[in-house]
Parts: sequence; C-alpha cells; structure tokens
Amino acid sequence: MLLSDSDLEAIWLTVKLASIVTAILLLVGTPIAWWLVRSRSWWKGPIGAVVALPLVLPPSVLGFYLLLVMGPDGPVGHLTRVLGVGPLPFTFWGLVLASVFYSLPFMVQPLQNAFEAIGDRPLEVAATLRASPLDAFFSVVLPLARPGFLTAGIMTFAHTVGEFGVVLMIGGNLPGITRVVSVQIYDHVEALEYAQAHRLAAVMLIFAFLVLLALYAWRPNAKKA
Amino acid sequence: MQKRLEAMEKIEARFHVDWPGFSLEVDCVLPDRGVTALFGPSGSGKTTLLRCIAGLERARKGFLSFKGEIWQDDTTWLPTHKRPLGYVFQEASLFPHLTALGNLRYGIKRATTEHKVSLDQAVELLGIGHLLDRKTDRLSGGERQRVAIARALAVSPRLLLMDEPLAALDLKRKQEILPYLERLHDELEIPVLYVSHSPDEVARLADHLVAMEEGRVVASGPLIETLARIDLPIRLGEDIGVVLDAVVGERDEAWHLARMDFPGGSLWTRDMGNVVGRKVRVRVLARDVSVTRKHQAQTSIQNILPGRVSAIANDEHPGLALVRIQVGASVLIARLAKRAVAALEVSPGQEIWVQVKTVALLE
Repeated sequence: MLLSDSDLEAIWLTVKLASIVTAILLLVGTPIAWWLVRSRSWWKGPIGAVVALPLVLPPSVLGFYLLLVMGPDGPVGHLTRVLGVGPLPFTFWGLVLASVFYSLPFMVQPLQNAFEAIGDRPLEVAATLRASPLDAFFSVVLPLARPGFLTAGIMTFAHTVGEFGVVLMIGGNLPGITRVVSVQIYDHVEALEYAQAHRLAAVMLIFAFLVLLALYAWRPNAKKA
Repeated sequence: MQKRLEAMEKIEARFHVDWPGFSLEVDCVLPDRGVTALFGPSGSGKTTLLRCIAGLERARKGFLSFKGEIWQDDTTWLPTHKRPLGYVFQEASLFPHLTALGNLRYGIKRATTEHKVSLDQAVELLGIGHLLDRKTDRLSGGERQRVAIARALAVSPRLLLMDEPLAALDLKRKQEILPYLERLHDELEIPVLYVSHSPDEVARLADHLVAMEEGRVVASGPLIETLARIDLPIRLGEDIGVVLDAVVGERDEAWHLARMDFPGGSLWTRDMGNVVGRKVRVRVLARDVSVTRKHQAQTSIQNILPGRVSAIANDEHPGLALVRIQVGASVLIARLAKRAVAALEVSPGQEIWVQVKTVALLE
C-alpha cells in the first residue's frame, strides 16, 4: 500500500469535511447569492463585502476571530454550552463551521454570477405564466443556473479540501477528528518523512488538477446551453 | 363611445409613473373585446403602460380595473402571477431548459382558470404541431415567437398582452406570423392589447386605437373612426390614411381585379383570390387619393367615387393639406398640395370626385 492508514484516514476525513461543507453552503449560499442579486437594499454592499472577506483575509486572522467567537467566552461558545454540546474548537463540527465561513465566497460568487446572467426576463415570463416567485425560483432559476451550481459546488469542495490555516487555528491536529490531508502533509514534512509527504502531496496535486480540468472543460458547454 | 363602454364591461387604467427622464401619465378606458393597439413612437410609454397593466411594473400611483375586478388601487395590488393574463414579449423569451412542448405545459400546469383555450387549440392555431418536441435553440425566430404566442394562449388568459411581438423579426418572418395573429383575432374572444409602432400592423390587426406620445394618450377610439380624423395629433407621415371594412363583391377574372364593397361605395383592387362575400379590410393612404372637380373619363385611375369635402387641415409639411372627404357612410383622406386646394377652390361642403390610385388589401 502506497498510503499509510493514517494517510487514508486523513483523506477520508478531508472528503467528509468538504462534502458536508459543500452541502451546507449549497443551502446557505444559494439564498444569500439570490438576495445579493435581487435586493435593492442598502445592506447589499456591506453584506457582499463581508461574504467576500475570506478571499483577502489571512486564514490565521479568520481563524483567530472564529476561535474567539466559538471559545467559552464567545457568543457561539456560550450558545453551545447552553445547548449542552460542549465547546466547538478542536472538534470536527467546529472545523465544519469554520470552513463554512472560509469557503462562503467560493459558493456565493459563482452563484451570484449565474443568477445575474439569467436576468429579469425569465422571471417575468414565469410570472405571466402563473408561477409565484418561489415556484419560479425552483422551476426556472435553478435549472437555468445549473452550470453555476456545478462551478460553485466544485470550487467550494476543492477550496475546503485545500484549506490549511483555518484548520490549524480551529481544529488543531487531532488524528481522525481534525487532521485533514493538508495538515497530515505538514506533519510528514515536520517529521522528515519526505517519501510519505511526496505521495500525499501527489494525490492532492492530481486532485486539484482534475478539478480545474473539469471546470475548464465544462465551461464552453455551459455557455452553449 | 364612452357611454357605450360604460354600459359594457371595460378595462380602466390610470397610471402615474415618474422616472428620471421619463414620465407616464395615463388615464384611459379600453374596450374588453377585440384588438386594441397601443400605438406610438419608441419612448412614448406604450410598453410601460402594458407592463403596468401586467403588473410587471408597479406605478406608485395607479388604478386598474379589469371588467370590474380591481387589480390595482391605493390598497390593492394583485401580483402578476395572480392576474388572468397572457403576455407575449418582444423576444420570444422561451425557457431554454424546456422543449417547445415543455414551454407550453409550464403555464398550463399552473393555470387555475377554466380552460377556454386548450393546448391542442393553441397548437393548431399557431401551426406548431410539428415543433413540439424540439429544443428551443432548434427553432427559427418566427417559430420561437409562434411557440411563445401559443404558450401565452394556453393558460387561457382573459386578457392577452402583446408587446411588439413582431418587432424583432425580419419582414419574411413577420409575414409568416401575421396570418396567425389575424386568426387569433377572428377565432378567439380574448381581448388583446397590442403594442406596436408599425402603422401597417395596426391597420391590419386593430379594432381600437390608443395613440400615445411622450407618456400620454393623445387619441383613443375605434380604429376606423380614429384613423379618419385629420386632426390626429400623432405624426404618421406617409402612413396617414384610412382603413375600411369591406366585403368582396365581385371578381373580374378577365382582368384579375376584385371589387371591394364598403359602406358607401366600392373600390377595385388586384384580385388576391378571395371568394365573393368574404370580409376583408382595405387601407387607402392619403397620398394615393386625389380629387377632381369634374368626373374624369379619360384616366388610368380605376377608382373614381363621388364625395363631399367635410374638413381641411394642415399636414406636417407647410405645402400640404389633408382633406377629409365623406364617401357615403365612409371617410377617405386625401393629401393635396395647398396650391391645388386653392386652385380647385376645395372647401368644406363641396361635392367632389375622388380618385384612388392604390388600395392595399390588408390580409
């Protein structure tokens, strides 16, 4: 076997994390993106900026604040204690929550572009054909934005797989709980296990390339449709 | 007219829209039957008026009642999807993720009104039976617009709104669709509001004319009466002329001519193959009408009718006048040089001979 059990465990954990984060963000990011496109509210600017923050903020800064918020004295930490689920930092679900924030723009922005490209007309047509706004969203917007959802989903998944700084800040390095592939590679390098680092790094490299290949190969099709 | 509408059912619309660089100030009563053309140059507000009626645009101050049902007033706002209307946009705007049939079914599935127009009827009326399985990108521009019209009809609307449905098409495609629109007019009893800037389409399709300019209604009335006005405040230029409802009275097969009988006279046109007794609409442009004091025998003009001058008005060009002539129960308009009006001493009340050079059969 080329990869050790702990490597496989890290890969499994990474895939699980990225899948859960992508699923959550599909549910959370879609209404945010839709609101950002349709709203004429004054809040559109500030909310859009907050969503985009993780694009430019160092992961350590984001991780630091999230740590404070989720810590025993933070509002989220307080809430989790009241609910009896215990503190979130250095747990898998703490990592999920942090990743949701960190990957938010990678879900919202492609969706925003897709929704904007659809424009008003299909919604107006749907309204004249008796579709309520919610009905029109599911029967017209979702199918028309499918390429956008594909892009957003892939980007979010890949970005979550590739995160490192936030994981270290929030999740630490607990095998099977928070030790994802990127951290595992870091460990290998620290321990001077270059051969193992090489194999795992190659897995990541191939994965990243395939993801991007898929995105760029699909794009012309998306445009034709 | 106003009084008759009061008794009948009607559509009442009052809208006040104030946008930067554009305002709409409309207060009109529209008939609840036939085709009403909203006619005017681009920027005159006709599309905005249509969108206000559809609820796609929300005028801050507005009132809209359709056959007594309030769709909008100070306290009521019926959203578009709850208004029993059909809407045809300038571009077909078919849903690209559905086939032609899928597009038709989209509205049918959601329509709650009783089905006066069935899917089959809409398909048959627009002649799109062979296109139903196609993806929308496999349809030509004309076919797409026919599917869009059928889609709007298939929800069994009680009011059909059409926003320049032919404007995005070339002449050939227009000719392809116009007969279908005429069939709608003849076979369905749905009132239609038809936005257009084309005098030709209006003359062919409309029963009622609402002329708009700069966000205001400048004239409104039955098409034939309204076009017969020479004080119409809209600039029609070369398109000034009247429309007559006529019946094919006789066909001269030796000379390939057909006689169109209208209230008060008849006109010969090229024989287009219509059977005797068929109702047709003809259009006589003012530039094709001239007058003589005496009946001219030696002339190539085939249509010479006795008439009486009822009014004279200035045309757009200072050298031209528009002369309104009563021919029996109908009216013709002649565009004449003012010098000719003076030389012939044409004045209201005078008996005169009308010569018509060309008659367009609108069909």
